[in-house]
Amino acid sequence: MSSMKSSPDLHDLGVAQLAAKLAAREVSSVEATQHFLARLAQDKLGAFLATNADVSLAQAKAADARLAAGERTPLLGVPLAHKDVFVTRDFPTTAGSKILENYRSPFDATVVKNLGIEGAGMVTLGKLNCDEFAMGSGNDNSAYKPVKNPWDLERIPGGSSGGSAAAVAARLVPAATGTDTGGSIRQPASLTGITGIKPTYGRCSRYGMVAFASSLDQAGPMARSALDCALLLSAMAGPDPDRDSTSLDLPATDYATDLIAASQDAARALPLKGLRIGLPTQFFGAGCAPDVLAAVRAALAEYEKLGATLVDVSLPLTELSIPVYYVIAPAEASSNLSRFDGVRYGHRAANYTDLNDMYKKSRSEGFGDEATRRIMIGTYVLSHGYYDAYYLKAQKIRRLIAQDFQTAFTQCDIIAGPVSPTVAWKIGEKSDDPVANYLADIYTLSSSLAGLPGMSVPAGFGAGGMPVGLQLIGNYFKEAQLLGAAHQFQLATDWHLRQPPSL
Amino acid sequence: MALTPQDIARVANLARLELRPDETEHTLAQLNGFFALVEQMDAVNTEGVEPLAHPAAVIGDIALRLREDIASEPNQREASQVSAPAVERGLFLVPKVIE
Amino acid sequence: MSQTQPINPFAEMQAGRPTGPLVQGYEVIIGFETHTQLTTQSKIFSRASTAFGAEPNTQASAVDFALPGALPVMNKGAVQRAIEFGLAVNAHIAEHSVFARKNYFYPDLPKGYQISQFEIPVVQGGSVEFFLDGEKRAVRLVRAHLEEDAGKSLHEDFIGMSGIDLNRAGTPLLEIVTEPDMRSSAEAVAYAKELHKIVTWIGICDGNMQEGSFRCDANVSVRKPGEPLGTRREIKNLNSFKFMQQAIDFEVRWQIEQIEDGHTIQQATVLFDPDTGETRSMRTKEDAADYRYFPDPDLPPLVIGRDWVEKTRAEMSELPRVMAARFVADYGLPEYDAGQLTQSKATAAYFEAVAAASKQAKLASNWVMGELSRRLNSEEKPIEASTVSAIQLAALIGRISDGTISNNAARQVFDALWTGESQDVDAIIEAKGLKQMSDTGELEKIIDDVLAANAKNVEEVRAGNAKAMNALVGQAMKATKGKANPAQVNELLKKKLG
Repeated sequence: MSSMKSSPDLHDLGVAQLAAKLAAREVSSVEATQHFLARLAQDKLGAFLATNADVSLAQAKAADARLAAGERTPLLGVPLAHKDVFVTRDFPTTAGSKILENYRSPFDATVVKNLGIEGAGMVTLGKLNCDEFAMGSGNDNSAYKPVKNPWDLERIPGGSSGGSAAAVAARLVPAATGTDTGGSIRQPASLTGITGIKPTYGRCSRYGMVAFASSLDQAGPMARSALDCALLLSAMAGPDPDRDSTSLDLPATDYATDLIAASQDAARALPLKGLRIGLPTQFFGAGCAPDVLAAVRAALAEYEKLGATLVDVSLPLTELSIPVYYVIAPAEASSNLSRFDGVRYGHRAANYTDLNDMYKKSRSEGFGDEATRRIMIGTYVLSHGYYDAYYLKAQKIRRLIAQDFQTAFTQCDIIAGPVSPTVAWKIGEKSDDPVANYLADIYTLSSSLAGLPGMSVPAGFGAGGMPVGLQLIGNYFKEAQLLGAAHQFQLATDWHLRQPPSL
Repeated sequence: MALTPQDIARVANLARLELRPDETEHTLAQLNGFFALVEQMDAVNTEGVEPLAHPAAVIGDIALRLREDIASEPNQREASQVSAPAVERGLFLVPKVIE
Repeated sequence: MSQTQPINPFAEMQAGRPTGPLVQGYEVIIGFETHTQLTTQSKIFSRASTAFGAEPNTQASAVDFALPGALPVMNKGAVQRAIEFGLAVNAHIAEHSVFARKNYFYPDLPKGYQISQFEIPVVQGGSVEFFLDGEKRAVRLVRAHLEEDAGKSLHEDFIGMSGIDLNRAGTPLLEIVTEPDMRSSAEAVAYAKELHKIVTWIGICDGNMQEGSFRCDANVSVRKPGEPLGTRREIKNLNSFKFMQQAIDFEVRWQIEQIEDGHTIQQATVLFDPDTGETRSMRTKEDAADYRYFPDPDLPPLVIGRDWVEKTRAEMSELPRVMAARFVADYGLPEYDAGQLTQSKATAAYFEAVAAASKQAKLASNWVMGELSRRLNSEEKPIEASTVSAIQLAALIGRISDGTISNNAARQVFDALWTGESQDVDAIIEAKGLKQMSDTGELEKIIDDVLAANAKNVEEVRAGNAKAMNALVGQAMKATKGKANPAQVNELLKKKLG
């Protein structure tokens, strides 16, 4: 393929570098798109659920036309792929579930629109695999196929945005979108050695995201560096008053310019002087594997070198965030998934006796084990006589958890800790132990319940040479501060530039 | 407290799910394992605490955004029924609804 | 408030309720739930049109089809109408109300849940006042809450299948719930008519019952006075006042028979069949008991500032009951007249125009409620379409009150105006020679002739026989071909015989 010859190393470029090449017209969007299409055609990871070369190339041509017309916007012509929970007109959308097999949305999600050819001008390469309805932390709940971790094909890439993480880590795409309900951006980013940010709840429109837990779901970018994430988030975020009542009334902000400026005077000593990083004692307990703790502490030491000071803080209800989350999220999910009834779209059973039988058979055939389990839990905790004891109680503790963060932020600017208590585990290892999976979410759930922004930054490697991510949690609307802190770390380290040996 | 097979049956019916007998047993075991975890919530004193339904409400009151009353959606029946299992004369067909 | 707690304890609900007419020794207890479709252009949570009668599923958006990823965005117009209703019934407008999900599976409910208000409704309390047999009644409201309507299941035309049309899905509804304050089918119908008058008067609902814009559910139970409340059955979708009365009367008889036969009433939802005149139990939705309500995470709380409420109050037109009170105070009309004249804004406006131009409020009231409405009814015309203008009627009334014409003559003039024979009252009086005789000289001559020709009656009158006097008046009127003013004739006769 000519494009391969003309630009053999395109896939090694980050979003910012690729955008620069495109802006300089050293490479066309069509060439870049062809290059990545050729690469992902060889995908051995199971990262993609749908591609369509014609659609992608048409978008690339449109981008090239805009470039030729002299338009110079930060993401114009750069390819990316979307997690399959974002509905798209030009590609099928399944949310990783059989119940939506071959579903075609008549509209694009707001995030897809903002990034796409009607907006920032990025080219969509396809749809990325994920846990069914974003329910999972290993991507082994995808109804179609598991996703493999490019650092070790025997291991899970994390979830639920496992396809997005694996595709970025394996350089099948320069960047991808993900969604995070209880850690689904941060945890796979951590387990595959890439950078990902979950913004403040409501920062990105949820319109067109197949809903899992409405009060928790939030979209975010996944890429190799904080700068790349900043470039994407600037285009993704922003209010959507006509379509999403929970989107924040905050104007879209440019998260990238300050970072680029910071890169210029990288020589500056103690660039993070004055930054107070809070370490929740509950995040550094026995529950966290030693190899992960070691990498995290090393990263924190690096932060001290950059001028930051470390302070101990306390998030006493951290452990409670597990039951609280696993009551609230399934409750909302059980209601959100009721629309999948085989009436208007999606799977309808071939044989049934009457209406109720059609409902039951269609849904039981269409939903996988984890989705079924969560619908059961959610229905139970909302049902008559249990609502107060479970759902209401959980929502009250949720407020206490959120208040604990506000207390902690009086002592620090950013909270840091591990993302996942272990590195990526072997495929199948936890598949029949839901509670074990739930427990592994301990460090990401509390900030999700509070609706706070959080990110994962590559921080080194643990057992088996598997990547470890450092979690940074900011106060509401402090995405810029998080990205800045991550960017400084990435100017001083090269963890985010390491690539899987399999490549 | 532990769930009974009757609870599972009741909830499955509410959720319009059909569990095979072996599944019921399996699910029952898993849910009881899960609710053991949930019991931890009882230890927290939540007296006088307002439930938090919308995250942003922690840092200030939030109010529902209202839109002007304007009808602007075009007819989108065709595009919306592309993935429909059964349609006739623009209507979604379902097994007879008995009232 | 917890989910299980009732909105009102029964004792409080029954405080000082009058007992209505007993039926076979049983007290009838009725409460109403009314679904009023609000007159917005767009749906409550989407921008699709609410217009009635479009091709199936052509007025539904991604939100109404409940497509994956679609989210609700609240219509300000629906909230505005809820506020207006609250003010019209003297209710409390909640500054903070919450939308909740009511979860159940039904093909016309695309999301698998209905967005409604559960624990904290937007309108709280209030009452509806009306007259029943000239007696003033007040039915207390528990609440009125905003919610979305469901789609429609069409059972015809498809063998063994139903067709689902989601055009109506998402149409804004205000569900108005009363206390169990009504004690007879007549009172229930009077309440429903008054409520219908209020919502159409303030324009939040078109009131079209055939199209389902105003749907009433009646909760009916019976008990021996003093006994605890009986089990109620809910009669659904009463879409005409006539059926409403028939259905409730049947239901009451049925329940009493059941009890008398030693059966107990089971709580149930029933439908009224106009053909048989009977109510029949609906196939109850499975697990309808457990809707798993919870606050909708897609919708933050609805906040209504005092300023919005006050602005609305200031802009609202005079309410029917306020206007009726004014008619009594300013025009000295009986409350009954005032009530009748304020049945619709148009009637009230017409009356006020006639009263203003004629300065004869009671006469104006009599003619609007009498001759005019009789003609309108017989030709099934709304008052807006009256061929007799308020000014013409005022002129006619003027001629009655100045004695130019008699009431009988006035009806002939009204006829001529109605049929469009002529537009001018005086011209008609002239043309038809309906003027009353006022020339006393001529009248006295005629009366002398009458007295001479009826000596026998004269005798009797002198003997004190009133009937005979009437006979003489009759003779005189006959001799004047009805043009004399009877009062004047009486006077003259008395004088001559006195």
